[in-house]
Amino acid sequence: MSVLKGVASWGTAAPDRRRRAIPFVIAVVFALLYPFIDQAIGLRYIDPMVSILILVLLALGLNIVVGIAGLLDLGYAAFFAIGAYTAAFLTSPASPLPYRTNFWIAMAISFFVAMIFGVILGIPVLRLRGDYLAIVTLGFGEIVPRIFLNLDSITGGSKGINPIGKPSIFGYTLDASNPVGWYYLVICVGILSIFLINRMLDSRLGRSWMALREDEIAAASNGINIMGTKMLAFAMGASFSGFAGSIFAARFQFIDPFRFDFTISVMVLAMVILGGLGNTYGVIIGGIIMASYDRFLAERLTGWLHAIGNSTGIEVLTRIDLLNSRLFIFGAALILTMLLRPEGLFPSRRRAAELHAGEEEPEVFDGGTVLEQERQTLYDVEVAQEPTGEHGT
Amino acid sequence: MPILELEDVHSYYGHIHALKGISLTVEEGEIVTLIGANGAGKSTTLRTISGLIRPRAGTIRFQGQRIDGLPPHRVAALRIGHSPEGRRVFPRMTVRENLEMGAYLQTDKAQIDRGLERVYDLFPRLKEREKQAAGTLSGGEQQMLAIGRALMSDPLILLLDEPSMGLAPNLVELIFDIIADINRQGTAILLVEQNAHMALSVASRGYVIQTGQIILADTAEGLQRNEMVRRAYLGEESALAG
Repeated sequence: MSVLKGVASWGTAAPDRRRRAIPFVIAVVFALLYPFIDQAIGLRYIDPMVSILILVLLALGLNIVVGIAGLLDLGYAAFFAIGAYTAAFLTSPASPLPYRTNFWIAMAISFFVAMIFGVILGIPVLRLRGDYLAIVTLGFGEIVPRIFLNLDSITGGSKGINPIGKPSIFGYTLDASNPVGWYYLVICVGILSIFLINRMLDSRLGRSWMALREDEIAAASNGINIMGTKMLAFAMGASFSGFAGSIFAARFQFIDPFRFDFTISVMVLAMVILGGLGNTYGVIIGGIIMASYDRFLAERLTGWLHAIGNSTGIEVLTRIDLLNSRLFIFGAALILTMLLRPEGLFPSRRRAAELHAGEEEPEVFDGGTVLEQERQTLYDVEVAQEPTGEHGT
Repeated sequence: MPILELEDVHSYYGHIHALKGISLTVEEGEIVTLIGANGAGKSTTLRTISGLIRPRAGTIRFQGQRIDGLPPHRVAALRIGHSPEGRRVFPRMTVRENLEMGAYLQTDKAQIDRGLERVYDLFPRLKEREKQAAGTLSGGEQQMLAIGRALMSDPLILLLDEPSMGLAPNLVELIFDIIADINRQGTAILLVEQNAHMALSVASRGYVIQTGQIILADTAEGLQRNEMVRRAYLGEESALAG
């Protein structure tokens, strides 16, 4: 694919990349050492971390579609489902397929199957924008789990599929009793995904996604194939959910259609928005915060609040249940983000520039402001004179 | 053979018949202007040429080859540069990144560098602002950037839509001087303008468009002398009466 060819000359990209690498290396080292830290302190967060990181993988894929290309997708969970079911069909003894593969091949195939479904969703929505696009993708997100539910001769319907093939490496099989192994699997797939995504964003394709997000008409008149570029955004965005889906299926050994409902789409979207649309690392941090809250923080916080309530005698605190108000808190977090920091916690440079353009002085030097004032005055004069010309007619 | 030729082109916005049989030609190395009031179909003509609107009838030829019905990216690939109405720079990209987007179809790095050099030469101001986000530029600078970006594809013909819109008179003159420079370097230009006075001062020929039809075609001098043009587009009736 010629569009994927990297262009080394993209402006200021090269020094930027070197600077970006430092926090990345620190984060990778920390991620690799985390299981030891976890064990040393006795946190025991490894198990929830696997679920959290699977959600973060999804957020990375959705960020391509929503954050980079600017196409609002409310049905992303559909691709997660497609990835998970593909892996299940390819590895489960309960699968209707005549042959099975091992987990690794299934994961790679899931990646491509999700990509193909990205294209299939991409084609009908190519001409849609904004709200219309959001509604169609929302519909797609509802249709896919429903198809899996109703094709019960193939998918097992509401009974789901179980068991699902486990990954094994060097004769060593990952199973449920080994969360650290799963943790490293997700971390490795995550690093691979980040590498692939960064390569894509630095290429011509990445640039054309950003141009598309900023101004479709200008992008088209610069020679960007709008239809093809949009379709590739859906396809590439969807493909990463194939990784997430296959790991999810294998980790939990059981999938049914109810695990891929609208709340997943919304939660992943919220991660992307909270973290900072368009910024890969922001999305990772935003994803970890939101998913941690969902998977264990809500529970722990409730416990702590009850304990504080009991020891201080403030009765209200002992009755708070943050677990039940999970979705309420997500909603509140989204609203607050939009009001206070619309570019997300860790925005990409461009988003921040756009959203706060009015608040701060633009970096004007060499008397640019003076020129602006001069322009304004001259323009006023011009307007004032105009009626004289028009009086005659 | 003209470099660009429109023959009886009809375009629609939904049910609205916006272009009712436009025919015009641009010869190689020429500046041709299309003047007319708001809503006459000037921008629609340019958008139809560049493929943003698909014409329902008629033919458009570029260097003898039919381009009507081609999608915009294929039209751009033929080296037809379009600087659309309202500037439309990429606000969050830097000036330099905007220019690089203009060279999107160029694969030759040396050619891109030559393009950058040419644009910075024509618009030294853009060089000063190279690393600034395009959205923070003044209106005049954004217009320079929009023209510069269209030049990055090294176009054989440049379609310019209202380059003077919203600019102070001194900037308008500067922009028109540069348009003349670009033309002297060999690029044909089809210029859409409401400021008929400035447009006719740089163009060699012009067309007057009214409610989707060409009502007059003549040399620039001819149009400047034409009674109707002076009255309707140059606002000189009172001067004549007086």
